[in-house]
Amino acid sequence: MAGGLSYTIEDLNDLTQGQVFGKTLCDIGREDPTIVCLTADLAKSTKIGTFFNEFPERSFNMGIAEQNMISAAAGMALAGLKPYIATFACFASMRACEQVRTDLCYPNLNVTVIGTHSGLSMGNGGTTHHATEDLAIMRSFANMTVTVPADGIETARIIEASAKHKGPLYMRIGRGFEPPAYDSTDYDFELGKAITMREGASATIIACGMCVREAMEAAEDFAEETEDGKSGRPDIRVVNMHTIKPIDKDAIIKSAQETGTIITVEEHNIIGGLGGAVAEVLMDAGVHCKFKRLGIPDCFSVIGYPEDLYYHYKIDREGIYGTVCELLGIESFADDDDDE
Amino acid sequence: MLHNYQSRDELVAFLKQKSIEVRKKIIQLVVTAGGGHVGGGLSMTEILLTMYWHILDIDPKNPKKPDRDRLILSKGHGGIGICPVLADVGYYEESLMNDFNQYMSPFGMHPDMNKVPGIDMSTGSLGHGLSVCVGLANGARLKNEKWRTFCILGDGECNEGSVWEAAMSAAHYKLGNVTAIIDRNRLMIDGPTAEIMSIEPLEDKWKAFGFDTKVINGHDYNELLDTFENLPGPDSDKPVCVICNTTKGRGVSFMENEVKWHYGGLDEESEKQAVSDIEKLSL
Repeated sequence: MAGGLSYTIEDLNDLTQGQVFGKTLCDIGREDPTIVCLTADLAKSTKIGTFFNEFPERSFNMGIAEQNMISAAAGMALAGLKPYIATFACFASMRACEQVRTDLCYPNLNVTVIGTHSGLSMGNGGTTHHATEDLAIMRSFANMTVTVPADGIETARIIEASAKHKGPLYMRIGRGFEPPAYDSTDYDFELGKAITMREGASATIIACGMCVREAMEAAEDFAEETEDGKSGRPDIRVVNMHTIKPIDKDAIIKSAQETGTIITVEEHNIIGGLGGAVAEVLMDAGVHCKFKRLGIPDCFSVIGYPEDLYYHYKIDREGIYGTVCELLGIESFADDDDDE
Repeated sequence: MLHNYQSRDELVAFLKQKSIEVRKKIIQLVVTAGGGHVGGGLSMTEILLTMYWHILDIDPKNPKKPDRDRLILSKGHGGIGICPVLADVGYYEESLMNDFNQYMSPFGMHPDMNKVPGIDMSTGSLGHGLSVCVGLANGARLKNEKWRTFCILGDGECNEGSVWEAAMSAAHYKLGNVTAIIDRNRLMIDGPTAEIMSIEPLEDKWKAFGFDTKVINGHDYNELLDTFENLPGPDSDKPVCVICNTTKGRGVSFMENEVKWHYGGLDEESEKQAVSDIEKLSL
């Protein structure tokens, strides 16, 4: 990254989601001596450096050579080790794309790839460093499991699950400044099982990653406290689809049938990621509902602070709220609330 | 080593006889498959027979033996060249290849490690194998195990940038348990390596990347045996690169050094000619 940008290397080094990931890796690394970690000159930025500091002999900095890093991880898996790789999501999915597909997925090796700074989280770091294609790419590889934790807690859950997982697994995390999506760490987590964060009957927002928190806030914006509990306002279900593949088909079909409206929200091109995956499930099942995908509308994203980009692409609280209103054919309640 | 012998001469005579049998099998597989990467299959026959019969610490009855030596065929299009050798040393019955490259066959142009016993890594896309060896070798070191990793690369394959990423890291991690073997047959699909994309000075390049290098005749068993019997120990701190000068299409008069025989099929007459040429290879 060039100088003069609002992000500095110091900022990138302060990722809380990343810190959780680094700490959890150390936790499982203490239990399992076959765990090894690799990066390509991004030990500090990705926070895999936490593991590097505690287990230097099990840590491999492969230099700025992502293709070699992925294939070498395949070799380590073949030698009976359990490699974890961290690099920026754009490089994991695109610079070393074929190595991920041919050396990890085709032989079905136990390797976990962590793509950090995914989606728009690199902000004004530049469009080259945005990763708005990684879910589509990774999802198209047979044998690959694709995950998107909603926050730091879920990041830890996925790392824990990865330790027992067979086959390649991709996890994308953001910059980590987002507030947690969960109020408590006490919830059941299982790869491939969506989590209903909030019940509702009027529409369902299916989100992943940082969009889960935004979706929750948008859904809360519709809610109005009344004495009899009947506000007449729509009540919105929020589903956290933390595993994009294998996707939880039952949760999608049930939501479509019970609420009649689905909005998907992701920090990704609307083609090929969460929205595409949900649409595929609905079409395959022959279930019809009102449907809208929110995300990057098949363009190269502009630069700016991540918050401004989330607003720009309508994947923040306000954008999601407005989209729900449009789909349900209702006026915003925001003005009413302002009058109170 | 899988073969008992009394003298070097006896070993060489044994391997020479094997070269004829394996080359004839390659021709037969080309016919079965309706076509194949015959040129580059025939150029590495002596290299593979030396490795599998004599150099590698392997057990064909226990293909996944954890402390076995590994050989990654990074030039994965050599499936038709390696599969007969694996059958020859006893990984599987030769008859299993009767449907080579046919519908649903486990045996294809590019070998699949989950389908073919003895194949240590699925390959086919060029420029991956040496990186996999770097991972394997680092794994062996971490576990304090003494097995070695060998990687057979094509010379045209050395155009791939990832080969040099791998070379740089093998030297950086001081992986003396890695040996790169280049099948230097001087031809690629579109023409001579010197015309399509120059790779010389090849030995200097590997040296500059931190490898101990040696250039030998890849069809001469004495040179192959002298080189691979005398590799530095797996604990040494420099990876090795052996450049094997070979002839693409070796043993078949109309294929030798012919660009068009990178991949091809055979009619009855050319098959007969090929077999007859191979049988005349000097013993």
